[in-house]
Amino acid sequence: MIDYEKILCGRVRDIHPSGIRKYFDLLQGMEGGISLGIGEPDFQTPWHIRDAGIYSLEKGFTKYTPNAGLSDLRGAISAYLKRRFDLDYAPNGQILVTVGGSEGLDLAFRCLLEPGDEVIVPAPSFVCYGPLVSMLHGTPVMVETRAEDEFRLTADQLRAAITPRTRAVVLPFPNNPTGGVMGREDLEALAEVLRGTDIMVISDEIYAELTYGQRHVSMANIPDMKERVIVINGFSKAYSMTGWRLGYACGPKPVIAAMTKLHQYAIMSAPTTSQYAAIEAMNSGDGDIEAMREEYDGRRRFLVDGFRKLGLDCFEPRGAFYTFPCIRSTGLTSEEFCDRFLAAERVAVIPGSAFGPGGEGYVRACYAASMHDLAEALARLERFLKSI
Amino acid sequence: MLKLLQLLEEDCTLTNDQLAAMVGMTAQEVEAQRRQMEEDRLILGYKAIVDWDRTQREAVTALIEVKVTPHRGEGFGRVAQRIYQYDEVESVYLMSGAYDLTVIISGRTLKEVAQFVAEKLATIEDVTGTATHFILKKYKEKHLIFEKQEEQEERFVFE
Repeated sequence: MIDYEKILCGRVRDIHPSGIRKYFDLLQGMEGGISLGIGEPDFQTPWHIRDAGIYSLEKGFTKYTPNAGLSDLRGAISAYLKRRFDLDYAPNGQILVTVGGSEGLDLAFRCLLEPGDEVIVPAPSFVCYGPLVSMLHGTPVMVETRAEDEFRLTADQLRAAITPRTRAVVLPFPNNPTGGVMGREDLEALAEVLRGTDIMVISDEIYAELTYGQRHVSMANIPDMKERVIVINGFSKAYSMTGWRLGYACGPKPVIAAMTKLHQYAIMSAPTTSQYAAIEAMNSGDGDIEAMREEYDGRRRFLVDGFRKLGLDCFEPRGAFYTFPCIRSTGLTSEEFCDRFLAAERVAVIPGSAFGPGGEGYVRACYAASMHDLAEALARLERFLKSI
Repeated sequence: MLKLLQLLEEDCTLTNDQLAAMVGMTAQEVEAQRRQMEEDRLILGYKAIVDWDRTQREAVTALIEVKVTPHRGEGFGRVAQRIYQYDEVESVYLMSGAYDLTVIISGRTLKEVAQFVAEKLATIEDVTGTATHFILKKYKEKHLIFEKQEEQEERFVFE
């Protein structure tokens, strides 16, 4: 008999399983439950994009693509980044098509980290950075962003976190779960700290298209930062294509070459059907993005307004599709709040503590849900708050 | 204002409070604007979209191409008016192309609709010809799909 506890790699064993699963499991058995838990667009992928995928199957395009992705797709990504974000990345050599933004992140860490290297990760943030870094014998250095700083990473915080072992800093903005964004001046201030160092920036820009009021600015837009930036982006959030598992990484040629080398061994090439659909998305999908963003914006305002009217402090999220209301006034921890809210009112929201340090005292509620569900969730929240 | 209209066109069950939060106005402002738009007939009404095929009620709908002789000075307006006054008539559109008006009629039975066309519509003085097309099945109306869409298997993702 094999003792699997012994043969499984210790670093995998040490990764905390997500404590969030219970909310989904509980919710599934509940009649009339509402989930504001999953961070996923509630729109279907626009039909013209789905159709392009189907069409590619009809034509029999079912083989591997080049390792870095279809050249037409890389061309389309290059044009898109220029058009939408004023970023210059060459289709050949500076762009790699990946299996979701997630693969891009994993590859970037793999290509940069030696054992013992440190990666600065602002938190609260998406849960994957720490475990991916730990798997490589790296050390994630979590830096708490604060509501009073609008959940931005400040230059002082960055400076204080840097050590001789710092290899990279992750910039997860627009941020999941806080909805915080970094403006040009905020990035300039960080750039001032980074200039003259070898520290790389892994800029997770998966929510770049979902900003409200101001366009997203990438660290790669800041003068002389581009040489140290790896931009991670993808199709999931902008085009509601989560299940297509397609993303891309852009950066300096030697870095993208290294990432492509690994990608070639681990993945070969991203799904072909998805790549054909993605060409259509990039070339003709700007209108879809605007329509979805407008829809999210209305819901965002509605939910933030609703929390505030019920007496919960709620930072105004400027990006992504999450609200991050503060629940300290209830006297509950974020986990207690979520457990009790779910049990009493059958509404799932996620404790802020699940997103790393700095998240305690908050909950994440995703507004990629119908207005009807959001209104009902707020009505139930009102009842719940009165009951505690 | 356009934003309000757009939101209401999509879902007229949104309350003034909800609309107000969504567009960043007060509920009073929304109410005032809404009342004005209703008075100005920018908003003509609020109706439910019903799948009658799944009820006991018999209903047929026909789309009728109508050719008419326009009147000097009044164009197609007068004849259109004579047509749209009938309760049976759901919609009337002036068309470009091979015929002039599209008239959509609903009734309880095929016979009832056919009778209406023969007796009421075709006999209007300036109507020179009709072609009736019965609607066999409705797939989509006002961006809403009639058939229940399959849902993907429930799953756990922590994003």
